[in-house]
Amino acid sequence: MPQLISTDEPVASLMPSLAQRAKLRRWRNIKDKISAYGIMAAGVAVVGSLGLIFVYLFSEVTPLLRGASVEITKTYSLPPITQSAAPVDGVAEFINLERYEEIGTVYYKNGVVQFFHAEDGSALQSEQIPQAADATFTTLATSEATHGLVAYGDNHGQVSVVKVQYDLSYPNDKRVVSPHLDFPLGEEPFALDTYKLPLKILAIQETSKGTLLSAATSDDRLILAVVATKTNPITEETTTSTDVFNLPSLPADEHVTHMQIDDAGRYLVVASDKSQIYLYNISNPAAVERNDPIAVESGNVTAMQFLVGTGSLAIGTDKGNVSQWLMVRDKNNKYHVTHVRDFKALNGAITQITPEYSRRGFWAADNKGNLGIYFGTSARTLLIKSMGSAPIAHIGLSPINGKVLLLDQTQQVSFAKVWNQHPEISFSMLWEKVWYEGRDAPDYIWQASSASDSFEAKMSFVPLALGTLKAAFFAILFAIPIGVMGAIYTAYFMTPKLRGIVKPTIEIMAALPSVILGFLAGLWLAPFLENNLPAIFSILIFTPVVMLITGFAWSQFPSAIRTRIPDGWEAAILIVPVMFTVWVCVALSPYLEVWFFHGSMRQWFTDSGIKYEQRNALVVGLVMGFAVIPSIFSIAEDAVFSVPRHLTQGSLALGATPWQTMVGVVLPTASPGIFSAVMMGFGRAVGETMIVLMATGNSPVVNFNVFEGMRTLSANIAVEMPETAVGSTHFRVLFLAALLLLALTFVVNTIAEVVRQSLRKRYSNL
Amino acid sequence: MKSFLNATLKKIALWTKNGSPWIWLNGGAVTICMLMVVGLVGLIAVRGFSHFWPANILQTSVIDNVGKQQIILAEVVRSEVIPAAVARDNGYTVATDRELITRYLMKLGNRDITSRDFMWFLEIGMSEWKYPQDAVVVERREWGNFYGYLESINENGKTVVAQGAENFWQELDARMKRSLTLHDQMTRLEKNEIGHVNNELQDLRLKHRRLELDGITGEQMLAAEAKFAEQKIILENEYAIIKKERDALAEQIKRDQLIAKTADGKEITLSFDHLVRVTRPNAMGIFAKSGQYVERFWEFVSAEPRESNTEGGIFPAIFGTLIMVIIMAIMVTPFGVLAAIYLREYAKDGLFLRIIRISVYNLAGVPSIVYGVFGLGFFVYTLGGNLDHLFYAESLPTPTFGTPGLFWASLTLALLTLPIVIVSTEEGLSRIPSTIRQGSLALGATKSETLWKVIVPLATPAMMTGLILAIARAAGEVAPLMLVGVVKLAPALPVDGNYPFVHLDQKIMHLGFHIYDVGFQSPNVEAARPLVYATSLILVLLIITLNFTAIKIRNNLREKYRSAAD
Repeated sequence: MPQLISTDEPVASLMPSLAQRAKLRRWRNIKDKISAYGIMAAGVAVVGSLGLIFVYLFSEVTPLLRGASVEITKTYSLPPITQSAAPVDGVAEFINLERYEEIGTVYYKNGVVQFFHAEDGSALQSEQIPQAADATFTTLATSEATHGLVAYGDNHGQVSVVKVQYDLSYPNDKRVVSPHLDFPLGEEPFALDTYKLPLKILAIQETSKGTLLSAATSDDRLILAVVATKTNPITEETTTSTDVFNLPSLPADEHVTHMQIDDAGRYLVVASDKSQIYLYNISNPAAVERNDPIAVESGNVTAMQFLVGTGSLAIGTDKGNVSQWLMVRDKNNKYHVTHVRDFKALNGAITQITPEYSRRGFWAADNKGNLGIYFGTSARTLLIKSMGSAPIAHIGLSPINGKVLLLDQTQQVSFAKVWNQHPEISFSMLWEKVWYEGRDAPDYIWQASSASDSFEAKMSFVPLALGTLKAAFFAILFAIPIGVMGAIYTAYFMTPKLRGIVKPTIEIMAALPSVILGFLAGLWLAPFLENNLPAIFSILIFTPVVMLITGFAWSQFPSAIRTRIPDGWEAAILIVPVMFTVWVCVALSPYLEVWFFHGSMRQWFTDSGIKYEQRNALVVGLVMGFAVIPSIFSIAEDAVFSVPRHLTQGSLALGATPWQTMVGVVLPTASPGIFSAVMMGFGRAVGETMIVLMATGNSPVVNFNVFEGMRTLSANIAVEMPETAVGSTHFRVLFLAALLLLALTFVVNTIAEVVRQSLRKRYSNL
Repeated sequence: MKSFLNATLKKIALWTKNGSPWIWLNGGAVTICMLMVVGLVGLIAVRGFSHFWPANILQTSVIDNVGKQQIILAEVVRSEVIPAAVARDNGYTVATDRELITRYLMKLGNRDITSRDFMWFLEIGMSEWKYPQDAVVVERREWGNFYGYLESINENGKTVVAQGAENFWQELDARMKRSLTLHDQMTRLEKNEIGHVNNELQDLRLKHRRLELDGITGEQMLAAEAKFAEQKIILENEYAIIKKERDALAEQIKRDQLIAKTADGKEITLSFDHLVRVTRPNAMGIFAKSGQYVERFWEFVSAEPRESNTEGGIFPAIFGTLIMVIIMAIMVTPFGVLAAIYLREYAKDGLFLRIIRISVYNLAGVPSIVYGVFGLGFFVYTLGGNLDHLFYAESLPTPTFGTPGLFWASLTLALLTLPIVIVSTEEGLSRIPSTIRQGSLALGATKSETLWKVIVPLATPAMMTGLILAIARAAGEVAPLMLVGVVKLAPALPVDGNYPFVHLDQKIMHLGFHIYDVGFQSPNVEAARPLVYATSLILVLLIITLNFTAIKIRNNLREKYRSAAD
């Protein structure tokens, strides 16, 4: 036997020395700290990055809520006219800024067009519009901004039409914009009034029929001229032909103050000094009719302009009111000018209204130096700002809304920076009925983009939100009975053996990708349903009936057979009867159609006035219901299963049947859990994208018809997001939709989760 | 009779009173669930698997709605029963006493000749179905399948063997093999060699641009430019050689032609370079068909798609899905696990932690499209845009990372699946009995030692479960990917032999998106349908396997700790 402990020879201890141990301990402490801080950092980073989703979505959405701002960078006097032959009387009548925001153009009353650098007011060349020797220009009119036509009328009833062309060149890789005057209808002024009387008010518009001009003469006659230009393809010579028509004049004591022609050449709008608005139908210039006038209630009209697309008018009055008027077609196909919305008024009388180039916005100025920025469709007043003591006479807005030239009545020009990125969105635009151009009544419409420039974006969330709810509603309608009842049965009545099969199957059901469900919905179920419509209804009716019959029949079986399969296997017994029922219903479907629906149930629906689309809410309801069932099932099952055993056993011991125990004891206890299950299911249905995308036609309709499709918020994002420009209003509105979805599901899920947790606490106290 | 009725009613009343009907109805709900799941998976399996089975070709004559007779050679796709009224509305003459009619959807192929490759035919007027032994299906690289009879094999326009000759089919196989080999060589040249040269050329251009951006001028620049020019010439020569080689192959492959006849006797010449496979399904036995089946299945999972995704394989989609999921897993695992450990072990308990926990759990229920929007806005445009300006300025304005791509797709999915990993890991951590933890601490271990040497190894299966569930979720997710980097047809795989080997900026194909795209965006839905089922089948199999693995691991885990906790 070896000696265990040596007493005489001291053995060197295996334990490290004190210093080493201290070092080791220090090192371990350091490692502990590193690990702790590392984990904390990672944890906080993860939680933070999840929180970032909220923050980021918010940050993308907030610019939508911002109004506009105008910031003057430089103020200078109008450059002295460089043209030698300049007459003395140099009053600016119109000012303009080109799309690169480099060159301003000012049109003087005497027919001089002066170009200048917008940045500092230094003069470029100026040009004089040719006019007859003894003529003086009396009035000026502009066409829709995109066409850029300016018409001068003179005291001999003649008109000159000019247009500024901007030539681009890139010497030394630097962009140089050089403007020059162009005369699209010829350099020589042409006669508009056969009596050669001075023109008082003029209107011009480029239309598909040619250039339309209309004028009020000094003796209050109204004239319309259609100028058609023809270019000889070989000589490239342009010839113009002018047809002049006389229009019915205004009532005797009224005088024209403003005139506008729409860009389809359909109507002429005339405002009179008695605040009446007249609409002339000029579709056929030879037989023009004057509609009954409509009064502007809010004062005398001091400014009137068509907004881009010429579907609506912005009107300002001497009391500072600003309002928008639409061309609305009535049942007899007749147009009326209709007042649709008012904006926040300015202090003084409106002197000038300038429309924006590519959207329904406009700027207004009053005689007290205030400036207002408005947007039609969204009914927003984006900015009201006093720009100094001198009233603004003219506004020269650039086509890209980045800069503006403000010309005041002292001939001072202010060059200003503009921020007005997202005027299109307001609460009323998103959630209320909006009266859009070309419609005969206010409506909820989602139609966010189009190829056309003058398209009015219609962004109402109502069809999308309603579509989301519609899809979720039908899905939940299908999923609740099956999910909840299945959960109750699985948790309470089913044998553990069967449960071991059912629960994993439900988990697989939850894991099935929605793209596969969507594809089956769109390519298999939708056509199947269309061809076998009666089948689905008969299945809905007969399956429960067959279940009951089977159950009753089973109870009548001799007990020898019944005992072979104990309680808790009902679900398995029902497999064959249910399958048989489904098969019979499908097989009988064509016969049902022949017997009851004249051969086609779909046609029968259409005949009875119910619209039927192949990819409809029924398909979505069934398939999305399928996707939602597992969410409802597992949470409800968990809630029912966790009801403490002693409660149910007590009830059974008192003589209640299992079902009575279920209704009287289990369900009341577990009902919050079932509620939370339904909430979770709803949350899932609201956010589901692929199924809706593939199983519906994605048309944004506002109805609850089960045989029509819908467009949901999520599917809308998936469809439109890849095609929208980064940073555009549409882009941000889609972010808003995403934020809305996020908030909605977050709230719903939080409620469900809180309910569930409190339920768990309750169980542990029972 | 009356007494029997009364007795039955009494029995029913008794049966109803104790609530049995409700139990049966509840049971029925479970039955419906099960049947739906099994039916759905079964439907996909049957349709998906049967796609690869070489179907027999049938010859019959049909009468269309204007009374014209026509001989067709086709595969039956499916049939359905329609009310006679519908057929009458479409202009068919149907006997007045008929109420229902069966109609068949036939795959006629020959899209280049008839322009309609799928047509419905009514059973009325259909002659007897025949299955001619020598009818062939020719799979082609364009225009879809050809159905017909073969006449002869030509070489440079001259007949070599005619139909009926003894060695006809052997000769056909041999020549088929030759043309396929040549085609393989050609694609390899085009893809690898030419792709490589192009890549190098592109690199040179970027290097040049980089120097320009760095403001290098004068001598240095001239020297660099000279070097670039030299390299460029070398590469261009290389390219010329490869091109020559390729052109020679292209010349060779055009040697053979197949002369064939359609069912109604139209003659057509099929060049071998467009052919993929020639089979006679009617003459094949069950073993030959099984062989074909395996071959076609293998082609499906290993080949590239043809004809705007409606033919060929889905290999790029499988590969794209896998690589995306792998990158996602690499990102989500450490962060998910660390966050879970933080929440469970380090964070101070209280209301704040409860709020955070509920929020994290809830994020699992946030619609995936929201993550997609976030990924597009934040990752792609904000992060990616800035990365481009910092590191890839030479290739601007073409974005490198400022556009949807593999990395952003993976990152978005990582964010999406983060809650799943966190929840699962936390659950695993909470299941570990506190006795184990206390034991370790009592022995003098520090907190981090306890954590990393005791707790984490024990919770590994839970983390695995979380990861597998995350992968299964990610593999099936489509909506966010549509925004952040998945495309219908990627020009190249994201992994190849060119530096840096894994191209994180490249766009990828994805199984789920492939299903959406082929099923809903493709011009020929009927032709695409079987392919969509087959793709779905692959995806479903993948996901079911992953989920079952996760369930197994979790159940084992529960068993393990049930005893430890007691």
